[in-house]
Amino acid sequence: MDYFIELFCSGLTRGAIYALIALGYTMVYGIIGLINFAHGEIYMIGAFTSFIVATVLSIYGFPLLAIVVLAGLAAVVWSSAYGYTVEKIAYKPLRHAPRLSPLISAIGMSIFLQNYVLLAQTSDFLPFPTLIPEFAFMEPVAHIVGSTDIVILITTTIMMLILTVVIKGTKVGKAMRATSQDRTMAMLVGINVNRIISVTFIIGSALAAVGGLLIASHIGQINFFIGFLAGIKAFTAAVLGGIGSIPGAVLGGLVLGLTESFATGYVSSDYEDVFAFSLLVFILIFKPSGLLGKAETKKV
Amino acid sequence: MMDTPILKISGLTMDFGGIRALNRLDLDVHAGEIVALIGPNGAGKTTFFNCLTGIYAPTAGEIILTPPQGGKSISLKGLKPNQVTEKGLARTFQNIRLFSQMTVLENVMIGRHCRTRAFILGAIFRNAATRREEREIVEMSYAILEKVGLAGVANEFAKNLSYGAQRRLEIARALATEPFLLLLDEPAAGMNPQETQELDRLIREISDDGLSILLIEHDMKLVMSLSDRIFVMDYGKKIAQGVPSEIRSNPAVIKAYLGEEVDA
Repeated sequence: MDYFIELFCSGLTRGAIYALIALGYTMVYGIIGLINFAHGEIYMIGAFTSFIVATVLSIYGFPLLAIVVLAGLAAVVWSSAYGYTVEKIAYKPLRHAPRLSPLISAIGMSIFLQNYVLLAQTSDFLPFPTLIPEFAFMEPVAHIVGSTDIVILITTTIMMLILTVVIKGTKVGKAMRATSQDRTMAMLVGINVNRIISVTFIIGSALAAVGGLLIASHIGQINFFIGFLAGIKAFTAAVLGGIGSIPGAVLGGLVLGLTESFATGYVSSDYEDVFAFSLLVFILIFKPSGLLGKAETKKV
Repeated sequence: MMDTPILKISGLTMDFGGIRALNRLDLDVHAGEIVALIGPNGAGKTTFFNCLTGIYAPTAGEIILTPPQGGKSISLKGLKPNQVTEKGLARTFQNIRLFSQMTVLENVMIGRHCRTRAFILGAIFRNAATRREEREIVEMSYAILEKVGLAGVANEFAKNLSYGAQRRLEIARALATEPFLLLLDEPAAGMNPQETQELDRLIREISDDGLSILLIEHDMKLVMSLSDRIFVMDYGKKIAQGVPSEIRSNPAVIKAYLGEEVDA
């Protein structure tokens, strides 16, 4: 039973991170109908930024809490700046182009950012400092669920709650929902749609950056390629839950994380990805719009 | 300054490839007027609205907006739809375009977006100014809903309203942007006679509040009863203009609508 709970907890942690990144995919898709393939790279840049800041600060002997907060803030700001810029450079000029063009542009951006980090940093795996300590009060259950898992779960939950409040209750959130429902009409009620799109990219990037910091300190190493697989997995989670749906992204992330965790634990860790993607194929066959997605009705 | 029209359009032309949808159109609306734009299907009326509101960029011509009470004249050419809305022009659509996944109240509140300042940080930290602004938006939105008779269903999803109510909600949303000129694109389309009558009353009330109205409409009874002046279009051109009684007896208008009389 302990083993089951352990797998369950690690699945939840994994799923929470997937969900955090998947939110970026699903929000951007909801607003401009684009799969932002460079999103995984934004997450990777978040991990690198927090790595650099954390390393520098620990040399100067900052306390751990200050390091975590400052590294997190730096990652959020820096990744958001990247997300914002990527949108302005690679997607905005293609706003009225056929759908395939921005998609190719997104893949190009993804490859560019990977190689940029490869050249600017290194191709080696870098050891990520342990930012989340083992809490003493977690000692009795430490063999089942680690402190990192708890911190990740709590942080992602808080981030998602904030996001929900922003989307449901604020003017920006309302404008985002309006833009995703009918962009032209949104402009006609006075919404600056370009600004809303920028805000969407910034929020998505910020969430990805937090994900980058959390998972890097969980796994303990990073390199320029981590964004690729994380991006694909998060994209899977978004599609699984129904792309464009925010609760769907969270649900999809959790389902994917749990599936992987149980597959690894009970079958073999070699089959982790096989199970994840089989699940995707299975769901797409029986519910093509995803778990919480709405079937799209085309206007004739 | 009494005579400066609040909207003056001269030589407006819109080409789609080789098709001239609007051909050197002139039109003006004065403060407080209700002006109707009529014409057979495909005459270019909606294209005309789309040019005015920045959805299309006209090929040629000038659109000058002059706010009443001595504001400065502005050219609307080249402005984006959200900028046009900020200048004081709002519209509704022929086919209803509400934010159907939002509540009635939210649909109206969103119209206030361009008139308020607080942004994302204020929204998260909820300082006093933001809260006050939010309260004012809600109060004002309720007042508008009251006017169009939808206050009772404020928390209903827009998609669950009846057809006539959805049309009124579109008008409410447009009013929320505080326009001085309201463009209505076939507001009575698909309404039953009773709903049309209510609409007639609503448009008069809006007009009495000091707004100018430019409307496209096929319901001739409504057009004739409401309008101060009427413009008639056919094939992208203006073929007549005048007060309702003049239009009713204008041979060019009759020809456009009914076709030419065949002499044996």
